[in-house]
Amino acid sequence: MGKIKIAVKSPRIDMTPMVDLFFLLLVFFILTATFRPEEAAPIKTPTSTSQKPIPDANLGTILISKGDKIFFNVDNGTDSSQHIRAKVLSAIGSNYKIKFTPKELKKFEGLASFGLPAANMKAYLNAPDQKAREAMQVGIPIDSIDNQLLMWVRFARTYNTELAFAVKGDGEATFPVVKKVLAVLQDSGVSKFNLTTDLKAGIAAELPAEFIIK
Amino acid sequence: MAEIVQEESHKGKGKRKAKKHGTHIDMTPMVDLACLLLTFFMLTTAFNKPKVMEVIMPDKPKDNEKPPELDKDRALNIILVENDKVLWYVGIAEPGKTILKEANYTKEGIRRVLLERNKQLFTNITKMNKDLIDGKLKLPRDSVEGRIKRFYKADKTGPIVLIKAADGVKYRNIVDIIDEMAITNIARYSLVDINPVEKMMVQTQLGSKPPVTAIK
Repeated sequence: MGKIKIAVKSPRIDMTPMVDLFFLLLVFFILTATFRPEEAAPIKTPTSTSQKPIPDANLGTILISKGDKIFFNVDNGTDSSQHIRAKVLSAIGSNYKIKFTPKELKKFEGLASFGLPAANMKAYLNAPDQKAREAMQVGIPIDSIDNQLLMWVRFARTYNTELAFAVKGDGEATFPVVKKVLAVLQDSGVSKFNLTTDLKAGIAAELPAEFIIK
Repeated sequence: MAEIVQEESHKGKGKRKAKKHGTHIDMTPMVDLACLLLTFFMLTTAFNKPKVMEVIMPDKPKDNEKPPELDKDRALNIILVENDKVLWYVGIAEPGKTILKEANYTKEGIRRVLLERNKQLFTNITKMNKDLIDGKLKLPRDSVEGRIKRFYKADKTGPIVLIKAADGVKYRNIVDIIDEMAITNIARYSLVDINPVEKMMVQTQLGSKPPVTAIK
């Protein structure tokens, strides 16, 4: 009787399903990845224990930078075919007697936060690159004589009635400016809004010993 | 990783066949790259969306409308001042009589003050949360918030916190104090303007130097 030989097979693994899966996941992650739009100024938000995430759409953001400059951003709503940003800008234009061309409106739709007087908007939109645009960001005027932020907030609310507001301030921004921003929101009838924060490292807040309930 | 192509050895004198190339393509580099990109996108998509803290401000009072009266024993006034310090007093400010107490943002600072005054409400809510976690209390998820709101409404003893800020306060301080309100479950609080009496009191308390306003 001859020995039974065990056939030696080459260790071949069919990798096709694995590769398929990899590519599927890869495509999924590429498509869902949201890239941060160019921000007008670096803002380091303070920390809090709140765990509520920021809304995805229908959000108007007022940014306050470290140097107390004010920026504004409004999104295109849930559906970009509504062209909310373009509508808001043309309303601002007619308010300050500036005529924006369709090309400029289109350009504005693709940009993110901005902080400059309405008078400079045309030059801003026609700026050749990001560097030139950045140099123009001097903050939106918020004085009582020329409160342009109030106008932006009002028009944004007119064209997107579901708009929620968030204030994204730098931890080092000073109170007088924050107070003005809050007054703008109150004046335009926004009594409920969000303060953007980062999650504190230790999530649970510490309590004095006698208040810990077991 | 991929496969080991075993070369067949030719034995004997048989015809030398032209070596047939299989249609195998070595996929290893492609898989490596796909894997790398996958990892990259998985890590960068990071779901670390910024968090928000909801703030509800009272509507702007109309000109002919009087602000609602509030129980002065429940009124807890918190004045934020420079250098991350907090001053507080209870009731209505009377020059020369009211003493401002100093605190900070640590757990033994303003948090203790707030908790001592808000003990009942805080205990109620913490107990409920604990019962929910232990399974003693079963509630649909969406009614938890409603129940907390009912607790807030029923609260008759907790403090009514008036948050005021002197010049020179940073935005960070405001976020901190609102966060304290959330931690200690304060039912009623509001951001209000500082009045001249309090301004004076703060000045005397901190040494009579005028408030420094940052000029940029």
